[in-house]
Amino acid sequence: MTVYIAAIPARRRERCLLRASGEGIARRFRSAALSGLPTMPYQNVLLANVGKPNSHTLAAYLASGGYSTLRKVLKEKSPQEVVEIVRASNLRGRGGAGFPTGLKWSFLPDKHPGPIYFCVNADESEPGTFVNRVQMEHDPHQVLEGTIISCYATGASRAYIYIRYEYPLCWKRMQAAIDEARAAGYLGRNILGSGFSLEVYLHRGAGAYICGEETGLIESIEGRRAWPRIKPPFPAVEGLFRKPTVVNNVETVACVKHILERGVAWFKSIGTPADPNDPRDPGSYGPKLFGISGHVNRPGCYEAPLGISCRELIERFAGGVWKGRKLKAVVPGGLSTGVITAEEIDTPMDFSGPLRVGCLGLGTGCLIVLDETYSMVDFLYNSCRFFAHESCGQCTPCREGTHWALQMLRRIKAGRGRIKDLDLLLEIGDTIGILPGTTICGLADGAAWPIKTAIRKFRQEFEDYIKHTNVAGWMETQPVPALEQSAVAH
Amino acid sequence: MCTASRLLSDQTIAAIEELFPCYPTRQAVVLPALHIINQQLGHVPPQAVEELATLLGLAPAQIQDTLSFYGFFKQDKPQGKVRIWFCHSLSCAARGAEELLEHLCATLGIRPGQTTPDGMFTLEAAECLGLCDGAPAMLANDTVYTDLTREKLDQIVQSLRSTAS
Repeated sequence: MTVYIAAIPARRRERCLLRASGEGIARRFRSAALSGLPTMPYQNVLLANVGKPNSHTLAAYLASGGYSTLRKVLKEKSPQEVVEIVRASNLRGRGGAGFPTGLKWSFLPDKHPGPIYFCVNADESEPGTFVNRVQMEHDPHQVLEGTIISCYATGASRAYIYIRYEYPLCWKRMQAAIDEARAAGYLGRNILGSGFSLEVYLHRGAGAYICGEETGLIESIEGRRAWPRIKPPFPAVEGLFRKPTVVNNVETVACVKHILERGVAWFKSIGTPADPNDPRDPGSYGPKLFGISGHVNRPGCYEAPLGISCRELIERFAGGVWKGRKLKAVVPGGLSTGVITAEEIDTPMDFSGPLRVGCLGLGTGCLIVLDETYSMVDFLYNSCRFFAHESCGQCTPCREGTHWALQMLRRIKAGRGRIKDLDLLLEIGDTIGILPGTTICGLADGAAWPIKTAIRKFRQEFEDYIKHTNVAGWMETQPVPALEQSAVAH
Repeated sequence: MCTASRLLSDQTIAAIEELFPCYPTRQAVVLPALHIINQQLGHVPPQAVEELATLLGLAPAQIQDTLSFYGFFKQDKPQGKVRIWFCHSLSCAARGAEELLEHLCATLGIRPGQTTPDGMFTLEAAECLGLCDGAPAMLANDTVYTDLTREKLDQIVQSLRSTAS
């Protein structure tokens, strides 16, 4: 079983989350303490309860002050005041797009007769991303309290938490948390005597990445194939069951709870301030969960302020690249954001940092670290396979583009690649997605960014691979037949 | 439809009906209902689709439309007692998942997407399971296995085989 522990001495005023068990705890504990890294004045809030015994139960949550924020909010604040506070905090959605949460809420129509729906997006399926799982498994009540406060603010009377099928423990723990909360009066009719009523239901996915797109998620809850909708109308106007709807990520609602508990000034004291020269930049404030996986010594979920450098996350939190090897590339925020090179790892991990080095954005803030021995051809093959598999098939550029990109990568991997394929791949990368304006949702953009960044930043490696593996045909420019699928495993 | 040949058990139907108050439309019950049926039958054959359609007051095509979108539901024959999703997305692949998956294929004597002849295991090559901090990882029914190695995988298969049979 996986055990999560807080394994850095408390005097360092921070806690990292380590995956460890048995004697491994002592070993990792020591190595962290001896590493002599500078201290950072930051105290975990989102992960504060993780690692405590029975942290998933109501009793443990109440013992750490749980639900007191909800009690206070229901008693002292009007829904409009809560919206204003969240708006003033400049909280941006943690699910990938980074849209300001308060602004999203304010798009709901005034004095709507209802019902208004609230959806929590727990369909975390982006490769490399697992932080919502840690939250739901180890602190489900924090997610629930954030959800209830968010519903109160938005006037929602019913919330659906959409959990991907592959998270069975999250399902069990969230359901148990809902049952406990209802029995204790935090859910149901007339919550804590405030007159506010809310029901929360879990909805289980069935293995489709596209359900994480907010309108795909809505379609999926409605019982249909998860084909994203054309916007406008945006969900705030016409969403779930054609009613006003807000869709927020798990980590976002958890942040809402902490903003209401600790205040806007606290939230804005963390992270990267807005760029004064860019009036449209809402800044990157608050704590963020970073999942680090791949070729590192201590993969795991860590909490840090937005704006921490990619290098610090890898070297200080994740214990550096494994086996004493050198770093080659990092996926900064889930596979769809693309890659950054070893030279670019001082990039700050806030909403605009990865953009400046040519990536799609911060994404989910989950890093995949690749060492010097890993082939970028394998990287891109793996990425293209994922997106070809997960394209929902609704928009032709995405369905065909991801499919043909995979066909080419298969051929390259099997030693039949041509230099021309790299240009064809870039052409696909530059033409599919919302940004070029050819698809309904952002899945194709997510498929395009790994292609564009990998080939543009590691072109020499791709060319060398093609020339070495296809000595006779690398310069071919005429069309060549596609490979049989059976020629490459999986 | 005569009761004797009905596929959905009374218990399954009751469980589906319990979901009605959770959603304002019957269409929205489709996905959770498919999960319940899949739990009972190990797959969702066309007859079950028709029975569900009758229960929800929908056309069978509406249910088939939803079902066919989600790769999770199979229609031709029951899945193995143990359904294994073996992750081969980037975080796992970077830590050796492809080789381990080949090893698992060889151990079970099947390719991804197939079921062992004894009906014990169904193996699927899965895209990211969200277990990246424990890569390489897999899910067998509701149980998560992380930090896999060849030896660990052999032990897991052995113990799954003995507990499932």
